[in-house]
Amino acid sequence: MISFILKRLAIAIPTLLVLIVMSFVLMKIAPGSPFTGEKNLPRDVLNNIYARYGLDKPQWQQLLEYVWNIVAHFDFGPSFKYKDRTVNEIIAQGFPVTLTYGFWAFVFAAAIGIGMGVIAAVRQNSWADYLAVGITIGAQVVPNFVLAPILVLIFTLWLHWLPGGGWNDGKWNYIVMPVIALSATYLANIARITRSSMLEVLHSNFIRTARAKGLPGHQVILKHALKPALLPVVSYLGPVFVGMITGSVVVDLYFSTGGIGQWFVNSALNRDYSTILGVTILLGALTIAGNLVVDVLYAWIDPKIRY
Amino acid sequence: MKLRAILGAGAVAFALMGSTAFTVPAVAAQVPDGTKLAADQTFNYRVLDNINSLDPDIVEDVDTSYVVGNLFEGLYNEDAKGNPVPGAAESYDVNKDNTVFTFHLRDAVWSNGDPVKASDFVYSWRRAVDPKTASNYSYFPGLVGVKNADDIVAGKLPPDQLGVKAIDDKTLEVDLNKSVPYFVRATAHATLFPIPQSVVEKFGNDWTKPENIVGNGAYVLAENKPGERVTLKRNHKYWDDAHTVIETLNFLTINDENQGVTRYLSGEVDQTDVPAGQYPQMKQQYPNEAHSVPQLCTYYFTFNMTDKQPVEALKDVRVRQALSLAIDRDVIVNNVLQGGQIPAYFFTPPATADFKAPDLDYAKMSQADRDAKAKQLLADAGYGPDKPVSFTYIYNTSEAHKKIATVVSQMLKEKLGVDMQLQDMEFATLLDKRHQADYEVARDAWCGDYNEASTFEGLMASDSSQNDSHYSNADVDKWLKESATSEDPNQQYLQVEQQVAKDVPIIPIYFYTKVFLQKTNIGGWPYDNVEQVWYGKDLYKTAG
Repeated sequence: MISFILKRLAIAIPTLLVLIVMSFVLMKIAPGSPFTGEKNLPRDVLNNIYARYGLDKPQWQQLLEYVWNIVAHFDFGPSFKYKDRTVNEIIAQGFPVTLTYGFWAFVFAAAIGIGMGVIAAVRQNSWADYLAVGITIGAQVVPNFVLAPILVLIFTLWLHWLPGGGWNDGKWNYIVMPVIALSATYLANIARITRSSMLEVLHSNFIRTARAKGLPGHQVILKHALKPALLPVVSYLGPVFVGMITGSVVVDLYFSTGGIGQWFVNSALNRDYSTILGVTILLGALTIAGNLVVDVLYAWIDPKIRY
Repeated sequence: MKLRAILGAGAVAFALMGSTAFTVPAVAAQVPDGTKLAADQTFNYRVLDNINSLDPDIVEDVDTSYVVGNLFEGLYNEDAKGNPVPGAAESYDVNKDNTVFTFHLRDAVWSNGDPVKASDFVYSWRRAVDPKTASNYSYFPGLVGVKNADDIVAGKLPPDQLGVKAIDDKTLEVDLNKSVPYFVRATAHATLFPIPQSVVEKFGNDWTKPENIVGNGAYVLAENKPGERVTLKRNHKYWDDAHTVIETLNFLTINDENQGVTRYLSGEVDQTDVPAGQYPQMKQQYPNEAHSVPQLCTYYFTFNMTDKQPVEALKDVRVRQALSLAIDRDVIVNNVLQGGQIPAYFFTPPATADFKAPDLDYAKMSQADRDAKAKQLLADAGYGPDKPVSFTYIYNTSEAHKKIATVVSQMLKEKLGVDMQLQDMEFATLLDKRHQADYEVARDAWCGDYNEASTFEGLMASDSSQNDSHYSNADVDKWLKESATSEDPNQQYLQVEQQVAKDVPIIPIYFYTKVFLQKTNIGGWPYDNVEQVWYGKDLYKTAG
């Protein structure tokens, strides 16, 4: 198992490097620069800015220095747009926010999604099944940029229960709507995958055997059927977890959480080079780590994979 | 000597008499007698984006400059009408030519208790133009004439050669390289604020962090949560703190305009912008809360006037004139935008201080007459149904820009048979294309840097870096040069506007208005300040 993990880690490093180089190239190909604004800047002013941010150097040198600063100092450099902040600070400030609501959204989506999926499968074609399928289809067809305003309309404007936005250091009433808005679609997918996978397992021979030898129904489900049924769910949960803890553009912008999700789009629109790379690398590293965890879990659930 | 009467007729009369001192009363929250104030004096203001940088030498966007304007105070502030009133300075003297300004600082302290000295201004101004600081706004001191500023930015002179010096702790002398009667006005701009030298030197780039920052404004920074909010608290060490009423200022980042309205309606913000097209409905629903006030900005279409421009028809001035005539600005303003905007037939907004709106012929015609003339011009140029004009119009992706583009393309199609293709793109790409002159016709807009017509007219100069059309006319250049020293620059501005209306390098569409919702219990708001500069210290919240 250790060598399995080490092997995966060895692949992760070149993967990240490829990611950095590709992001860098794509970013530089895009027209415009971090310093283009509605007001064109005089040439001298631009030259000073380029010199200050090292943009006057050859591209290959910029790339090398950038990678070196990350490897040697773990320094992603200053933001080109938010000039009294560094990318490290932007991540340090925003990531805990998305980590918080993303974690709760994940727990919520996984718990409710798996629960609904199992019940729907076990009680196939009953009212519980129809209800679960109905809810999941509903949650899936309403994207979060539609769901968020609906939530605000109901909970803020009509019921006056929750504030319409802000974060307030993560007080519970500020987290509720971001969690629901972020988790709805994932919850629906988890429920659907669990249901179909569970149905398949329930129709397999070893379950028939378990039932035939007279085991009580709940034991068949929890002890024998659940573990294999969760296999496809687990492989889905890995990337979902990473996606959730890095937040969502819609949630961050709509609810003004100050989370890191907004930067994935904002930094690209602003051509904020260092921030684009910083958040891309963060997401890339987390995705690689997430997939690794999934692989380990897989190997644990299904011994076939280890060999 | 150029007279732009920015200080009002009285002050100008004094200026004519030679070196004279000016003292005007300062402004603070002016609460009418008998007003019952609210117990909670918190003002929640919606901002569109993240607060960019709290360093006065670096700040570049409007919302951030409101935050900075409450944390720091320049030599002069703006009053409710946009006129200069004493801030960190009590008074000033000026020489006959308006080239040497001497400011007398009042006894005031920084929020850490240190006295505000003339040297803090010198330090800040030099730092603003220092190539090492690399500020976007490093061009500003040069723009308003501070001696040697441009050469320092260009690296030709060291920063200590800037035309500003501290005569003593309380006296600041500014040397200008041209006559700038409106210079006092410019001192309300963040780039010319003071910064505390000892603090900046101690903390370096981290000096604007909430735990380090020290200011001389009416408020101090309590919290800075990018993407969520910035919170300021009243500064009890501020020289005029006795007159401050608002205790807390919250700048809440709300990116979506509609969500801004929702949070306004739920009581979370006291003021927010009205989304495009929703003003009539808001005005009807909340007649006392919906406001529309003039803003110093012009929306226009710009033609690529360089030889790189591929469409032959657009090189014919008659075609450009026809296109300009056929666009019905009233329809755009009244039916599309619906926010009280003003149709534009010339470039400088009529609300600009002391600007006399030019009386242009085509502005006085009826739309039917304009359409007829447009058809005639197009026919004269040899274009018509069998030889239609066809070009591409580029704009940055946004609902309002799209609506305007669509309406205009329909007008041109129906009236002139012109085929205007629309192409939207993200903002950075549009800016790049405009800058590279890689377009045919593009959306453009300009907001004044200061409240004087030259900030607009100057864009028509062939050497202006903001001249996106790359329009070049020797007469226009000459008039603009003359206007700088003219007794009545409106004469030259009229000539420029007439020439521009004739050559049509741009099609002015409308003058902006600021359209917003504001709770009725907010007092002291400067509705008449066309630059929308406001200070928390001038506001108050009434009870009920």
